Amino acid sequence: MSSGNLLILILVLSVAAYFVGRVRAGTLGSKDNKLHSLPSYHGFYFAIATGLLPIILLVLWMVASSQLIRMKIDADLPAEVKALAVGDQSLSVSAINSLASKIGDLSAAQIDTLRSGGDAATALMAEQKIALASAPQGFVIDAALQKASLLRASSIAVTLFCLALAVLGFAYAWMKDNVAFRARNTVETVLRYVLMAASSVAVLTTIGIVASVLFESIAFFKSVPIFSFLFGTVWDPRFSAAGSTGSSGQFGLLPLLWGTFFITIVALAVAVPVGLTAAIYMAEYASSRVRSFAKPALEVLAGIPTIVYGFFALTTFGPFLQNAGANVGLTISPNSVLSAGFVMGVMIIPFVSSLSDDILSAIPNSLREGSYGLGATQSETIKKVVLPAALPGIVGAVLLAVSRAVGETMIVVLAAGIAANLTINPFQPVTTITVKIVSQLTGDLEFNSPQTLVAFALGLTLFIFTLGLNVIALSIVRKYREQYE
Amino acid sequence: MSTARTAEKLSASTALVKKRRAAEWRFRAYGVAAIAFCFLAILVLFTSIISKGYSAFQQTHIILPVTFDAALIDPDGKKDHDTLIAFDYQVLVKKSIADALKLDAGDKPSRKRAMDLLSHAADTELRDLVVADPSIIGQTKDVSLTASDNVDALIKGDIDRSVPEADRQVNDKQLAWIDDFSRAGKISKDFNTRLFTAGASSQPETAGLWVAILGSLYMMATVILVSVPLGVAAAVYLEEFAPKNRWTDLIEVNVNNLAAVPSIVFGLLGLAVFINGFGLPRSASLVGGLVLSLMTLPTIIIATRAALGSIPPSISQAALGVGASKMQTIFHHILPLAIPGILTGTIIGLVRALGETAPLLMIGMVAFIVDPPKSILEPATALPIQIFMWATSAERGFAARTGAATIVLLLFSFVMNAGAIYLRRKFERRW
Repeated sequence: MSSGNLLILILVLSVAAYFVGRVRAGTLGSKDNKLHSLPSYHGFYFAIATGLLPIILLVLWMVASSQLIRMKIDADLPAEVKALAVGDQSLSVSAINSLASKIGDLSAAQIDTLRSGGDAATALMAEQKIALASAPQGFVIDAALQKASLLRASSIAVTLFCLALAVLGFAYAWMKDNVAFRARNTVETVLRYVLMAASSVAVLTTIGIVASVLFESIAFFKSVPIFSFLFGTVWDPRFSAAGSTGSSGQFGLLPLLWGTFFITIVALAVAVPVGLTAAIYMAEYASSRVRSFAKPALEVLAGIPTIVYGFFALTTFGPFLQNAGANVGLTISPNSVLSAGFVMGVMIIPFVSSLSDDILSAIPNSLREGSYGLGATQSETIKKVVLPAALPGIVGAVLLAVSRAVGETMIVVLAAGIAANLTINPFQPVTTITVKIVSQLTGDLEFNSPQTLVAFALGLTLFIFTLGLNVIALSIVRKYREQYE
Repeated sequence: MSTARTAEKLSASTALVKKRRAAEWRFRAYGVAAIAFCFLAILVLFTSIISKGYSAFQQTHIILPVTFDAALIDPDGKKDHDTLIAFDYQVLVKKSIADALKLDAGDKPSRKRAMDLLSHAADTELRDLVVADPSIIGQTKDVSLTASDNVDALIKGDIDRSVPEADRQVNDKQLAWIDDFSRAGKISKDFNTRLFTAGASSQPETAGLWVAILGSLYMMATVILVSVPLGVAAAVYLEEFAPKNRWTDLIEVNVNNLAAVPSIVFGLLGLAVFINGFGLPRSASLVGGLVLSLMTLPTIIIATRAALGSIPPSISQAALGVGASKMQTIFHHILPLAIPGILTGTIIGLVRALGETAPLLMIGMVAFIVDPPKSILEPATALPIQIFMWATSAERGFAARTGAATIVLLLFSFVMNAGAIYLRRKFERRW
């Protein structure tokens, strides 16, 4: 039985158990001998006893079984295949996988045809929609057969185990349940643990992120020294073969880091002045009517998917800048730093403005009134009193905007360059960390080559970087909010 | 004090006052300019995208008389499905366009040019007609066939006729034919239904968004099923039960940080954990949905906590006072009152997930998929991914389609946002 069907079956059984428990509890209670808990809690108790353990088992099995089977298949590969390079080996493994999903439907005679190869095998593969480039080798067929039988066995085993657990759980509930049984307390305790488990998913996600990028990065640093990654000034992953000497320096991070910062600086040069002045106007001057249409407008800017900004920069803004530059005798590349940075700046205006707006609104009015009392005008009050008081919070907002700009992907993928350039000319294209993560992972490269793994090292860099910015920014903003509360 | 000195002082102070007033006025003007800049940005963005994309909602067709010759299609008169499918309808297309333009059978180059007026899918259009209604075999009918990308561009005015013939995609002969058709009223512009029903195609005129829309819907469903229960449960725990300790602090810091982690990093997580770790299929909408769920989770947790926190304590005190347990108080009283806030936060998270592209690039959703996926385990694309793929294609027809796909994506997110605003207005309660 497929795991999806099994899950549905367990859920159906739990629902059935709920009704059984509920009806039974209804018959247990009497006028003199009242139930401790409402009948529905007895029902929930039955449902939990029947369904919880099988579902946990099923989830664990879903996570573990494919790994175990893969390890078993890998271990049983012939020695000559194991001796092959990682790339060729994974080719055989994927052939085994795609064959294993179909081989269960084939008869013994058909498998013999497949084994004998030639046109008959090709025809059979076409007929059965087996997506392989050529007729499989003998060991591939053996491994596929083994994998299919292992899959079948493990699926039967898990079905039986789950159903047995469900029946046992139901029997346990049946024996345990009586008039005085505190079903509500038990159900609520279980529910509380479920809620707790749900809240730890956030932590698990972070652990998952760190683990996945860290392990692949370590694999990458085995073939490329960490020093030449961090301090290399040349980014040219194409021409360095895996493990070959002299490949150091080809995965240099510095040009990408510089490109990322260059574009971020341009974006901030747009977003900070505009966002901050807009926030000041909205918080200090605007009537509620102006606010009521200006705030949604900023929300619209924040709600537009970044791919749309990227498309705009690629097809409209980049060419526009190029033409404008040509008119005044400047050579501006259509995917220049200026075009990607400017559009990204427009995208992060709302991040700066909405947070700054909140921070400015939190400044107590007594500060402003004191300033007015001394004869200052409104703008003098804002510049000399309100802004200095709000400065730490605004710095936090800007840092969050920086982290947003550094991690932004789609605008730069579409509108920034591909070549890694160490240039300070804003009319030239540069490339960024995120662009390179995308381009290293969307090609047809082998997964275990340094060319692919470098994406994880870049991801790790990006993650550490944005994490640092976020922690600092959030702690500033939080501390600051408490100050005036 | 002499009057002269007073006057001097006054004039000095008026000069200073003037200066200060001017500074005040300038400062206000900056603010207005900043807001105006934002409006201008929105205006430019939308006009640019709509002007690029609107033309792709229409498709040019050429109306040709086609003779469904029984001797060719179905010589044995069986009229069964297999026979009708097996016939090469390209023959009929060639014949009807050559007849319509009165070309000689021997004039091979002209016949080839004439075929270039029509889409490569013209034969399948005829086949679908015949399969749908076999009784038309033997008749001659006017059929509206999809024109090729170049003809479409010409009719929509995207090809400049004044360009020399050598540099133009449509040569003079084809231009003359098109004008003939046009004068005879044989060219029609209809609503481009194929944009919403077809999957990927290498020809712009037969490419559509259906696979992408379906993939996006599957992913949204996964996000709703995974992240809403998890997020609400986590928020209830953190807001109502969690003891103040290190672990709770850790979770809180985590949630806030996850909300600001670049989305592409979630894609790396999906690639390493869901695809390489759990062995889930690449390009499947399930994987995309799971990655987007993890990304949306912090948004939902934060929104739900805010919604729960805004319920006045009197509600829970009243419930506890009449003997409800803590769980009963939360699930019977607090949570139902918080639903509008939770819904608004959820929709905002969903809109973000709908437009998210970068993590999906990581898990192989950039794929050429013709057939709509039947389940969440089959390969699919997503709307923003389709925009990305079309935006990077070279053919001119794809530029308009990219704009059209963007309009569709924006429409989806506006409808959802409008829903969120409606819910907020309708159920908003001031305590």
